This record gives sequence, structure tokens and C-alpha cells, in this order.
Amino acid sequence: MNTIYILWLRQVKKYFRSKSRIIGSLGQPLLFLVAFGFGFGSIYQKAGQGNYIQFLAPGVILMSVLFTAMFSGIDIIWDRQFGFLKETLVAPVSRMEIILGKTLGGATVAVFQGIIVFLLTLVVGFRPQHIMAIFPAFIFTFLVAILFTSLGTAIASTLEDMQGFQLIMNFLIMPIVFLSGAFFPLSNLPKPIEFITKINPLTYGIDGLRGALIGVSNFGLTTDLLILSVVTLALLGIGSYLFSKIQI
Amino acid sequence: MEKVANIISVKNLTKKFKDFTAVDNISFNVKKGEIFAFLGPNGAGKSTTIKILTTLLDPTDGKIIINGSSPIVDKDSVRHSFGIVFQDASLDDDLTALENMYFHGVLYKIPKTIREKRIKELLEFVELWEKRNDFVKTFSGGMKRRLEIARGLLHHPKILFLDEPTLGLDPQTRKHTWDYIKNINKKENMTVFFTTHYMEEAEKIAQRIAIIDHGKIVAQGTNKELQEKTKTNTLEEAFLSLTGSEIRDEEVKTIDKMRQRRMMHH
Repeated sequence: MNTIYILWLRQVKKYFRSKSRIIGSLGQPLLFLVAFGFGFGSIYQKAGQGNYIQFLAPGVILMSVLFTAMFSGIDIIWDRQFGFLKETLVAPVSRMEIILGKTLGGATVAVFQGIIVFLLTLVVGFRPQHIMAIFPAFIFTFLVAILFTSLGTAIASTLEDMQGFQLIMNFLIMPIVFLSGAFFPLSNLPKPIEFITKINPLTYGIDGLRGALIGVSNFGLTTDLLILSVVTLALLGIGSYLFSKIQI
Repeated sequence: MEKVANIISVKNLTKKFKDFTAVDNISFNVKKGEIFAFLGPNGAGKSTTIKILTTLLDPTDGKIIINGSSPIVDKDSVRHSFGIVFQDASLDDDLTALENMYFHGVLYKIPKTIREKRIKELLEFVELWEKRNDFVKTFSGGMKRRLEIARGLLHHPKILFLDEPTLGLDPQTRKHTWDYIKNINKKENMTVFFTTHYMEEAEKIAQRIAIIDHGKIVAQGTNKELQEKTKTNTLEEAFLSLTGSEIRDEEVKTIDKMRQRRMMHH
């Protein structure tokens, strides 16, 4: 239990100490909200879909959560390069505890980032359907945060340095973000694109969050919750397995 | 000899990286409570051996028993038995000195009262107590080294691995450090396995010494035995007579080649 706590604490402390990282990572969601929100707003409205900011806000919140979560997971590569990873690897604690602590820490940080972006969306005009919507919204945000921290951890466990990172960014992270229904509705898509959105776990996070915040959902909150939970558990398992296989 | 309990037992250990053999069929034993020095030129295979003994790397071949368990099969129980000071950095630069110590203490499940007492004692010992709330990234190389040592001594393990622990330290700190380690060794019968380039350190402190070169153990025994064997008067002379300077150049070249290949692969 203490192991999980200390690893969680390390992630959280490091995040709150890097003020520039926090502020810097707000630029992108803000740009998306302003450029997309206001840029596509009138077209979206003319197509008879209603207010685009309402649609877009949950997507931008989770995009930001995903980035923070992935980076938290991937920082194992930095730990490896700066040597600190050895300190954790030789410690007499189970790999599962290490992964859980690190993942919970990364997820906490990502949820916090999500909350800041949520406040930003309020500024540009987003309005959740009800104040109580915050609670289910929190659950979906947290699940997405854990899921993508685990994914980052799993990937980072197999990489020796930052060289492969660009590859992951362009061929995994960006497609996950753009093909998730974060920016456009999932109805009437070409079959291959529809297939990709269906196997993308972020799709269900965004659908769930949208359901919670504005009451619009494709798959239903129970399905979203179930799929997210199963994928998260699987990735946690894979992450700790790959982590336990690290050789230095 | 065989009746004394060996806390480390290594038989026919080999480690290959592709076509490069870093450790080549070595065997040795370390007795419980013994201070054992593992010497060799750069790139001889010292650090690779330590990594294998401490579960960080799986060997290609061989049998190892650390405190009754195998570091290949039963990593977890081996991890419970040792502490290590690494050759290169293993601190978190973004945390303070105190936080690095605290992290280690919690990870090794040291009871709170002992933990706090020892952290203060050790940070004072390495003269970093005044700087305990400074971030490690602001520390000089020597300060980081001292902190690594303090952290490695925080939990008193059954076996302490030290990979060139005193590299870059001034003679005063080196002496202090070894006095401290010898004291725990005596009081708690802690086994010490260390590598060093300072021959006089090995001469003074180690009860037994193994010399490794080209991944092979070329000699092992007490300081006296090594000198008798090579008909020399100091450990340094014995070491040079066993390893020689020309051989060492060749060795470095092989390592360089391997490094270049690695760079190309990534």
C-alpha cells in the first residue's frame, strides 16, 4: 500500500512542480476550442446539429487528459535514461504495485489537467446539462486517464530511448485522438473509419463523457463504462507484465 | 571451505550481447559476512555481472544462488536480500535529497522511526543534511555520489553491492564511507560485494578478491595469495601483471565497436 502511495506521490509532486508544463499543455486545448469551436461552429449549426461548442468540449477535455496520461506513462523512458528506473527495478516490491502507483499518479495528474480544461471550456461558452453531471463525468475522465497512463507505461516498457516516440505520436496517439468522435459525430462514416472508431477505446470515453455532460450518447453509458473498464484492466495487466520484463 | 555458507554462489555464468561475450563462464563464491572485491579494467564485465546478480539482467547461461534464491527465477526474494549503490546515476533529479531518501525508505519498508533516524544520521554523515531540501539537479557530481551512497546504506541489507562507490570522492569521504560500511559489516554480518579501481581500497578492505578481464576471472583469492601467485609486492602490481595494459586497449576497442553498433541500431 505504501509502495503505491510513494509512487503516486512522486508523479503528483513532479507534475505540480513543473508549472510551465501545466500552463504549456493548456495551449493546445485552448487552440482547439477557439479554432475548431468558433471556426466550425456555424457550419455545424447550419447542418442542423446544434451548438458545436457543446459537442466539442467533452472531446477537447479528454484529448487533453489523454496527452497528459500518455506522457506520464511514457516518462519511464526518461527514468531509464536518467538512471532512476534502476532504483525502482531492484526494489523488493511487486511489479504490480509499482505499476499501480505510477498509473494512479499519472491518472491523478491527467484528471487534474482535465479539470482545468473543463474550466476553460466554461469560459468559451460550454454549459453542462446539470451540476450533478460532474460526478459521472469524473468517473469517465478518471477511467480514460488510467487507461492511457497504462498504455503509455506498456509502450514505454518496450522502448529504450525517446527515438521511437515520434512514431508513437504520429501513428498511435494522433489517430486515437482524431478518430474517436472527439471533433465530429460518428454517424454516417465510411465503413473503414467507422471500424477504427469502434475499436478505439477513447471513443467510448468521449461518448460516456458526452452522455454525462450534455445527455447525448451513441452507445449508452453502461456499455461505455463496461468497455472502458475491461480495456483498462487488460492494459494494466499488460503494462505490469512488460514492465517486469525490462532488462537494463 | 565448502561447509561455510555461501551467500553468493555463481557457477559457469555467461552473458552474451549478440556476438559480444561480456561475461565468459565465470564461477565464484562469496561467504556470508565476507567483504569481497571484484576488480578488473573498464569493460571487463564487472557491471554486467553485478546487474545479473541484482536481477536487472538475465544471463545467457549459468547458475546463480543469492541468499538461497535464484535471481533469474525468483527475482522477488533475491530483491529482498540486497542493497546496491550503482556505478552511474540513479537518483531522481526532480526530487530533493530528502525526498530521494524518503522514497527509498518507503520502498524498502523501513519502519518510520528507524527511517527518520537513519535518514538524518546518513545525510549528516555525507554532509548533505543542510542541503536536504535542495533539488538533486542542483547538486555537483560529488554531492550526488554521496547521496547515492547514503541512500544505499539506508536499509541494512544482507548483501550490499557497491559498483565503484567511491569514484570521484575525496579521500576523506572515501575513508568515512568505508569505515561506515565496515562497521555495519561487523555489527550486522552484512556481506559486501564491491568493485573499485582504487587498488589500495581493495587491499585494505577486501577479505577476498577476484580479478576479471575479458569477461573471465583470471585469479581469485586473498590479497596475499594474489601477490604470491604473481610474485609481486602490491595488489596493484599483481593486478597489472594479471591484466596488462596492452590487453586493456584491445578490450576498449571491442566495447567501442559494440557501442557504435548499438548507436546504429537505434
